Amino acid sequence: MTLKYLLEKEFLQIKRNKFMPRMIFILPFVALALFPLVANFEVKDINLVVVDNDHSSFSARMVQKISSSGYFRLNKVSADYQTALYNIEQDDADVILEIAPGFEKNLMNFQPAGVLISTNTVNGMKGGLSSAYLSGIINDFSSEIRAEHLQNNSKLKANAIEIIPRYDYNPHLEYKYTMVPAILMMMLAMLSGFLPALNIVGEKEKGTIEQLNVTPVSKFTLILSKLIPYWVIGFIVLTICFLVAWMFYGMISAGGYLQIYLFAAVFVLAFSGLGLVISNYANTIQQAMFMMFFFVITFIFLSGLYTPVSSMPDWTQALSRISPLRYMIEVLRFIFLKGSNFFDLKWHFAALCGFAVLFNGWAVLSYRKTK
Amino acid sequence: MKKVIEVENLTKAFGRFKAVDQISFEVEKGEIFGFLGANGAGKTTAMRMLCGLSIPTSGKAIVAGYDIRTQPEMIKKNIGYMSQKFALYEDLSVAENIRFYAGIYQVPEIEIAPRTLELLNRLGLENEKDSLVKALPLGWKQKLAFSVAIFHHPGIVFLDEPTGGVDPVTRRQFWEMIYEATDSGITVFVTTHYMDEAEYCDRVSIMVDGKIAALDTPANLKKKFEANNMDEVFYRLARNASRKAD
Repeated sequence: MTLKYLLEKEFLQIKRNKFMPRMIFILPFVALALFPLVANFEVKDINLVVVDNDHSSFSARMVQKISSSGYFRLNKVSADYQTALYNIEQDDADVILEIAPGFEKNLMNFQPAGVLISTNTVNGMKGGLSSAYLSGIINDFSSEIRAEHLQNNSKLKANAIEIIPRYDYNPHLEYKYTMVPAILMMMLAMLSGFLPALNIVGEKEKGTIEQLNVTPVSKFTLILSKLIPYWVIGFIVLTICFLVAWMFYGMISAGGYLQIYLFAAVFVLAFSGLGLVISNYANTIQQAMFMMFFFVITFIFLSGLYTPVSSMPDWTQALSRISPLRYMIEVLRFIFLKGSNFFDLKWHFAALCGFAVLFNGWAVLSYRKTK
Repeated sequence: MKKVIEVENLTKAFGRFKAVDQISFEVEKGEIFGFLGANGAGKTTAMRMLCGLSIPTSGKAIVAGYDIRTQPEMIKKNIGYMSQKFALYEDLSVAENIRFYAGIYQVPEIEIAPRTLELLNRLGLENEKDSLVKALPLGWKQKLAFSVAIFHHPGIVFLDEPTGGVDPVTRRQFWEMIYEATDSGITVFVTTHYMDEAEYCDRVSIMVDGKIAALDTPANLKKKFEANNMDEVFYRLARNASRKAD
C-alpha cells in the first residue's frame, strides 16, 4: 500500500513544521474566544440629544425613563433642532429626540402627542436599532401614562393590546449563541480549505511534486494522501472549538455531538476538495492564497453568517445555495441551539455530500501527472 | 544489443515554438548516454517526454518497452528520475526520504530497512541517518538523490544536470557511482554542461536549436570535428545556434 508511505510522510512533515501545529491549536482558540464577543450586533451607549420644547413634568419623566433604560446616554439637552443637528454632524450624538410643545397637555387629553426621532444612519444597523429601541421605550411610556389615567377614569376602558414576545431556542437573544456555531464553521472551512491547497502548491514550488509525478503512484492515492491529514486536523479543530464554546460560554449542544461530527466530516471533505482543485490551477502560493480568499469570502458572505439569507435579494438567495458553508452553518445552528436531528437535516446532508463529491471529483480529474 | 529507448521524430511544440524538433535516436541497454546542448536547446523538454511527464506533440518513443504516449504510468514504474531541481524532502531525515521513495516504488517493506543501512554504509552516511536532509552539504544531497533514484533497481535512470554546482572531487565520485550503477545493468541517460563529463559517456548527442546536431562516441566526434577535446566539439556546434540562452 503506497498510501501508507505517503501518509507517513505528510504527518511527519506536519509534525516537523514549526508553524502549523501551533496554528491548528491557536487559530480556533482565539477565534472562538474573541470573535463572538466582537461580532456583536447589540447596540449600547447610544448618544442621545434631547430638544425639549414642552418643559413639562411628563417630558422630564420620559427622558428619565429613556436614560435609565441602559441603552442611551443623555449627552446634551439642546435648545433647538438646529443645534442638535450640529451635534450629530460633530459626531457628539447619534439620535435626536425632539418633544413637541404641548406634549403633556395632549397626553392628558388623549390627543396624539408629538415626538420626533431623528437618527444618524451612516451605520445603518446602529441607526435602525437605536430608533427601534427609542420608539419601544416611548410606547411603553405612553401606555404607562394611560394606565395611570385609567385608574382615575374608569369610564375610558381602553382596548390596549399588549404583545409579549417569547424567543425560542435563544431566550435572551444573545448574539454569541448565534455567532459561535457560525464562527466555528468559518474556522473549520478556512483551515480545511487553505492547508491542503498551500501544501500542494508548496510542493510545486519546491519541485518535489514533479518527483512524485514521475513515480508510479496513482493520482487518486496522491490526492487521498493530501486529504486524509487535513480531515484528521479538521476533527481536532472542531473538538477544540467545542471545548472553547463550553469553557468560555458554557454552551453545550442541544442535539447530539456525534451528528455534528458526521456532518463536519463531509463538510471538511468538501472544503479540502475545493482547496485541492485550486492547488491544481495555481502555480505559486500567492496565486493559491488569492483564489482561496476569493472563494472563502464569497462563501462566507453568501452563507448567512452575518446577515440572514432570507433578507438577501432573491438572486443572491439562489446563489447562496452554492455555498457549502450556508448548509453547514444552518446545520450547526439547528443541532446546537435547537436540538434538531439527522432526519430533520437530511437534505442539508445530501447537499454537503454533493459538494464533497463535486470538488473531490474535480480535484482528481484536474490533477495531471502528465502534461 | 537490446534497445531500451527508441525515439522517432519526437517533437514538442509550445504554440509555434518547437522546443524539440523531430529528434530520433536509440539508446542501448547498459549504456551511459550523454545528452548535451546549450541552455534552451530542448534537453529538459525531451527528457520530460521520455519520463512520461510531458505528452509529445508528434512523433513516437518507446522507453523500457512502453509507448510514452499511451503507457506513461508503466514507464514510471521502470525508470528512475533525478531532476535539475533538488527533489528530496528537506524536512525529512535521510532514512525517512529513502523509506518514502522506496515505499512509493513498492519495494517490499522488510527489504527497506536493511537496504537503507547498506546504502548509507556505502555512501559513508551512516552517521547522518537521522539528520534532516536540509542539513547536508549539496554534494551529499546529490549523491543521496541519485541513490534514491535507483533504489528500486529501475532499468533506466534519467539524470537532469545531476552535478550542477558541485565541486570537481564530488563530481568525480558521482561519476564513480554512475559507473557502479551501469555495472549492475542500469542504463543511464544524463544531461550535462560539463564537457569533461561528456568524455565519460559511451555515446553523446549534442542538441542545437531543438534538433540533434551530432551523435556518436566522444572519440569519433573529436575525430570528425578535428578537435582536441569535447569542449571544442561542443563550441563548433553550439556557436551557430540561433536561440538565445535562457
